[in-house]
Amino acid sequence: MDSYYNPADLARFPSVGEDAPELWEKFMSYYTAVFQEGALSAREKALIALAVAHALQCPYCIDAYTRDVLEKGADREQMTEAVHVAAAIRSGATLVHGVQMKNVADKLGF
Amino acid sequence: MESSCSTNQMYDLRAAATVPPFYQKLQAAGLFPLMSTGLSTLQVNVGRTCNMSCKHCHMDAGPDRTESMSRETISQCLGVLRGTNISTLDITGGAPELNPYLPWFIEEAVKLGRQVIVRTNLTVLDADNYACFAEFYAAHQVELIASLPYYREKNTDRQRGEGVFSASVRVLKRLNKLGYGLEQDKLRLNLVYNPGGAFLPPVQHALEADFRRELMRRHGVAFNRLFTITNVPAGRFLGFLQNSGNLEKYLERLSDAFNPAAAAGVMCRNQISAGWDGRLYDCDFNQALGLPCAPEVPGHIQDFDWASLKKRPIMLGDHCYACTAGFGSSCGGAVVKG
Repeated sequence: MDSYYNPADLARFPSVGEDAPELWEKFMSYYTAVFQEGALSAREKALIALAVAHALQCPYCIDAYTRDVLEKGADREQMTEAVHVAAAIRSGATLVHGVQMKNVADKLGF
Repeated sequence: MESSCSTNQMYDLRAAATVPPFYQKLQAAGLFPLMSTGLSTLQVNVGRTCNMSCKHCHMDAGPDRTESMSRETISQCLGVLRGTNISTLDITGGAPELNPYLPWFIEEAVKLGRQVIVRTNLTVLDADNYACFAEFYAAHQVELIASLPYYREKNTDRQRGEGVFSASVRVLKRLNKLGYGLEQDKLRLNLVYNPGGAFLPPVQHALEADFRRELMRRHGVAFNRLFTITNVPAGRFLGFLQNSGNLEKYLERLSDAFNPAAAAGVMCRNQISAGWDGRLYDCDFNQALGLPCAPEVPGHIQDFDWASLKKRPIMLGDHCYACTAGFGSSCGGAVVKG
């Protein structure tokens, strides 16, 4: 194994279902339903997926959903804003834990 | 009919392809050989000269190209219209406006009572010498199909060149003032979206709603329909795919998205395409690749034969995957509803 991440592995994703086909089918059925057009448009859902992919730092998901949002008519400005949403939530989530730090420090200190 | 990789570009496509030859896909769908089903449109490419050099251009058109249809060949095209009941003349290029005989061609075709479509890049109508074409088109009730890859500047200029979006908007506003794009039944102005790279276009009706809302909100521009067209691996776009290492994956993407319903409705089944030199092709893409009509039918506009051409076998290659992927792609946009 040259690398933990190999672009060709994305196409092998279905092989994960080989040893647990029923669970895989349930996952795929759910996954497909989630991305159907609903109260949110298919493009809005794909942009959310792109943002989450960045927050999770999943290279497979970034690869797949970058193409997907382009094929749903989004442009780079929209995609970049989506990535900023992910970055803002991640940094905000880091910063808000500063309150926890302050709570502990307040308790321990004079 | 299966082509035998008769051109360098087609050879490059097959050499790079990890997907089966296109005709095998059609065979599996019960559509091979693909036959034409009629002949309602004569598409005429009046030349490869263009004021622009767009990255997606399958014709490799540009300012350095000199091929231009002669008056004699245009006269032969008019003779075909006169001798048949082909209802639509679809004029493309290059920039058709750069052919000096275009006004005469349109005037004569209108006199024959044919619907005339011109595929314009818009920006040529922003140049002083060609601006008058807008009024000319309106006076002759020409339907316009205009390239506009996106409703925002950056995307459009990245694909078509700096300043293209603002020039296009200026021309669209002028066309609106002339009455274009405002009503459904006259002075029709349709826009064309094509992807800004190696990916498929979105669902046509969804993107059309975005274009309509954003072009009106940002620029006060109206239009009739938006056509989404898939980039075909030919010409300058094929060069991009090769140079960027995207060719193999792009063909796989197109092949994976093969849609038999789209294949059944491809435009080549109902039209014929004449090149700047009068040679006949099944479509503008075959023309770009140098793949002529089947050998058993006339190969030049001067030998046009309605009876044999309207029931001819279509010449195929791996580039045909582009017109049959997803919702399909034609000169009139998606082939099936999304």
